[in-house]
Amino acid sequence: MALSGMRGLSVFISDIRNCQNKEQERLRVDKELGNVRTRFKNEKGLTPYEKKKYVWKMLYIYMLGYDVDFGHMEAVSLLSAPKYPEKQVGYIVTSCLLNENHDFLRIAINAVRNDIIGRNETFQCLALTLAGNIGGREFAESLAPDVQKLLISSSCRPLVRKKAALCLLRLYRKNPDVVNVDGWSDRMAQLLDERDMGVLTSSMSLLVSLVSNNHEAYWSCVPKCVKILERLARNQDVPQEYTYYGIPSPWLQVKTMRALQYFPTVEDPNTRRSLFEVLQRILMGTDVVKNVNKNNASHAVLFEALALVMHLDAEKEMMSQCVALLGKFIAVREPNIRYLGLENMTRMLMVAEVQDIIKRHQAQIITSLKDPDISIRRRALDLLYGMCDVSNAKDIVEELLQYLTTADFAMREELSLKAAILAEKFAPDLSWYVDVILQLIDKAGDFVSDDIWFRVVHFVTNNEDLQPYAALKAREYLDKPAIHETMVKVSAYLLGEYSHLLARRPGCSPKEIFNIIHEKLPTVSISTIAILLSTYAKILMHTQPPDRDLQSQIWAVFSKYESCIDAEIQQRAVEYHALSMKGAALMDILAEMPKFPERQSPLIKKAEDSEADTAEQSAIKLRAQQQNSNALVVTDQRPTNGAQPAGQLGLVKVPILSNADQSAAEIVSHANGALTVVDPQPPSTPSPDLLGDLLGPLAIEGPTGAAPASVASGLEGGVDADALAIAPIEEQANAVQPIGDIAERFHALCLKDSGVLYEDPYIQIGLKAEWGGHRGRVVLFLGNKITSPLNSVQALILPPSHLKMELSLVPETIPPRAQVQCPLEVMNLQPSRDIAVLDFSYKFGTQLVNVKLRLPAVLNKFLQPISVSAEEFFPQWRSLSGPPLKLQEVVRGVRPMPLAEMANLFNSLNLIVCPGLDPNPNNLVASTTFYSESTRAMLCLIRTETDPADRTQLRMTVASGDPTLTYELKEFVKEQLVNIPVPSRPPLAMPSHIQPTSPPPSAISDPGALLAGLL
Amino acid sequence: MGIRFVLMVNKQGQTRLAQYYEYLNLEERRALEGEIVRKCLARNEHQCSFVEHRNYKVVYRRYASLFFLVGVDNEENELAILEFIHLLVETMDRHFGNVCELDIMFHLEKAHFMLEEMVMNGCIVETSKSSILSPIQLMEKAS
Repeated sequence: MALSGMRGLSVFISDIRNCQNKEQERLRVDKELGNVRTRFKNEKGLTPYEKKKYVWKMLYIYMLGYDVDFGHMEAVSLLSAPKYPEKQVGYIVTSCLLNENHDFLRIAINAVRNDIIGRNETFQCLALTLAGNIGGREFAESLAPDVQKLLISSSCRPLVRKKAALCLLRLYRKNPDVVNVDGWSDRMAQLLDERDMGVLTSSMSLLVSLVSNNHEAYWSCVPKCVKILERLARNQDVPQEYTYYGIPSPWLQVKTMRALQYFPTVEDPNTRRSLFEVLQRILMGTDVVKNVNKNNASHAVLFEALALVMHLDAEKEMMSQCVALLGKFIAVREPNIRYLGLENMTRMLMVAEVQDIIKRHQAQIITSLKDPDISIRRRALDLLYGMCDVSNAKDIVEELLQYLTTADFAMREELSLKAAILAEKFAPDLSWYVDVILQLIDKAGDFVSDDIWFRVVHFVTNNEDLQPYAALKAREYLDKPAIHETMVKVSAYLLGEYSHLLARRPGCSPKEIFNIIHEKLPTVSISTIAILLSTYAKILMHTQPPDRDLQSQIWAVFSKYESCIDAEIQQRAVEYHALSMKGAALMDILAEMPKFPERQSPLIKKAEDSEADTAEQSAIKLRAQQQNSNALVVTDQRPTNGAQPAGQLGLVKVPILSNADQSAAEIVSHANGALTVVDPQPPSTPSPDLLGDLLGPLAIEGPTGAAPASVASGLEGGVDADALAIAPIEEQANAVQPIGDIAERFHALCLKDSGVLYEDPYIQIGLKAEWGGHRGRVVLFLGNKITSPLNSVQALILPPSHLKMELSLVPETIPPRAQVQCPLEVMNLQPSRDIAVLDFSYKFGTQLVNVKLRLPAVLNKFLQPISVSAEEFFPQWRSLSGPPLKLQEVVRGVRPMPLAEMANLFNSLNLIVCPGLDPNPNNLVASTTFYSESTRAMLCLIRTETDPADRTQLRMTVASGDPTLTYELKEFVKEQLVNIPVPSRPPLAMPSHIQPTSPPPSAISDPGALLAGLL
Repeated sequence: MGIRFVLMVNKQGQTRLAQYYEYLNLEERRALEGEIVRKCLARNEHQCSFVEHRNYKVVYRRYASLFFLVGVDNEENELAILEFIHLLVETMDRHFGNVCELDIMFHLEKAHFMLEEMVMNGCIVETSKSSILSPIQLMEKAS
């Protein structure tokens, strides 16, 4: 029954189509809604045909964007209609109009269930589709077992089973706690043997969903997926109906390759080989053809293959081949391919080995930044941002700056933020960084957030060499006719602090500086005026001997603003005026700002936040997260313990006084500290005399007034000393506190192959390892977290006798915010539990930091999983009959854990538990292969017998063909079971701040403490 | 999730079919349709078929006066979706013979049935045209 059969509906649609404007349409819709509503009111008179017609009208109206708040019941009632056409309408309209939380849906559950368990397979399909599209918790509770049954039923036809697969997918994804998928790994593997491509397509989606939660259970599906890929790639047994422009179901190919990306790797060598053969064939065999559809379909497969190759950490040769392909793509005319080339190249950046090859395409990528298509420009920007490092930062950032002036408004903010971050992260020298930020402010002031200019002030303050340069640059920008207000702020701040360093240059006398800044004052907002006032006070302070003329000019400004309506401005004017009349004391109070403590760039944090997305975990994202743990400086993570030095003086500190400009507030925080302490009344009726009087007593009473502060800071010092006294000697010598627990990090790395080995406020040492047989390749990533270089870097490996280790040359200096990689080759000569140590030291300023770190080149790294069958296990076990090849020991003091957890622990150590070998369920039997030069590959067997009544003891038997190995392995496993590899926290919380080279930062940053010293 | 929605919109920006796989209320739908239709319709044929919008992507394709817009997650394979649109069009073509905007307008239910056979819960279920069309044929036989 076609719609054309429903005349009334056709008429209505034509009417709508003929409407001249939105108003007419609304009138017509309202009329129809009224009509439908009255017809529904006396429902008894409606035939199913009429009902169906009206329900379609409702859907049509809903699609046009009008609210349809009635008739839901009628739609739902059609679900139980006996005839297919009515039922079908009911199902489709219900799933369009209602959502999973809708009350009426509850009424529908029964009808849906009846259709699912009924005999009519077309009804089953409709019901499964509805549950699969909008089914919520109640659906999952009452339908999941039935749906699971249908999916694996052999009597069910493919057309039902494919819907059951996706229905189950929804029910499971929405309510993983309700739908039980234990034991589904075998069924999933069976489903992948399916010949019907429809069932296979939807089962593959189900598999993706299941493995994205837990890939461990689905290893058995990997070879099946590879088989499917082979079948498709070779076009074997693919029905014509599923061949799209000569390509065997591109969608199934894509989905299968996607599923494989959720497994960390493909271990089995045969499967891996077959997979790479298929991938190689796709990479090499995809040609550009004339037919657009064929071309798109084959490239869809190709791009997915690229992603999979990248995920599998293929040989470097294959990776380079991929980059070469992408390099070709980003230069083609066809915009889709260009877009995807850029997008995939960005993903490829995660593979460290090919980053250099990608860099060769820099010129082409920069061209894409000027592409007429904004989608492509965005991809190019992302790629440039991702590929930027110390070597190419200058070029890339300059390109971004140039592009900024012509970029669309939609992109400017992102662009300027990215340029600022790159300039900060990879500046070859800091003067360049200052240049970039000032240009950025000059070209796109509206898009430069405060964070960006706060940051440049931070850098200049912390780097004395930079100060004259920055001041000079600021001075130059002030000569420009029309400058952005942000530029006024940053120039005024910099000149206030450092213009005295320029004194001898033409145009830089205090008077000239004051005049040129003061010119801007009439055009700027209140928050900027506050900064200007501070600048004037600083200029006065730096002008020695005092210039009477300038003094009276500035005093005039101060007295003008003493009656300003803005409290912040008023307070500044009053205070500066009074202070500046104090003469020499001004020097101390308005002294230069102290250095800022090192901390994470708020910009990078901002960029990270804006990228945060709540979408479900995807393979790529998981990978990216993994990557993050290796990438060190690149992400510049906040110290994990989160503790920042107390009372830290920062540019972005919350303002105490008002919401006026924060950094400006801090400039005067020395002075403010004093005045606000002593003066109980806000200077609402300011008079210089009164303040003069107030300041008088201040000088006398100061010490008592400030006494608490000095006591406080004294106490703090005391606490520091105490804490250090009980700290281990090693750490005391360093006086640099590590971030995070070193032991905990070491233990974590014993079980995984990448992560952070050590971190302190200055450096982060990351590690990434690959182990194979008796060899290993470890890469140490030394990342300088701060903005000055780390010198005298030394790394010495102290290997135990059983390991041969070679560390490549470690550079003596790590440039600011740079990361160096140092490969370390490891060879295992014989079994031993001894641990290698890395003796690492560097200098920060004059301070030597030395740490000794255990390296996770531990015994279990030379184990490779092997699972043995009962037929293999028992003869071996028996042939190794007793000591010294087979050792038994009762272990006491075992950390109590459930058996499953113990099995996990074994598995994570590559001792693969073989379930079912031991008839006693309280026993665990595990096997593994140990590799060393002396033993070669050697099978090891382990059996632990636990006592369910007492989990703290167990009997362990270890057997292998080498006596030393048996002994060492037994002791090793024992250590794992007895030792508790959880963090051992130091007894007293250590102060987390850094011991400074000069006075402690707590004292610097605490205005009270400063004053105490001063008075 | 994969596919978040399938929209068919004509050159004037009128919606001809809308199917969402994640629930959005009317207000959100109206806003979304307005924004992406404006974005996509403004593009020319020398530009690529992908538009980034908020935290997802729209893959679109134009057939005469009608635009097909499919919203997908960022990780979805764009070209596969682009060809999926074409498969949908070919399927409708097989059924209607030279499908045009009016066919979809006046046979909205059939367009929905086909789409329902092809996509479920944001995942592709079926790509064989005869399998997709068989329930419709069944229905026509029944009437």
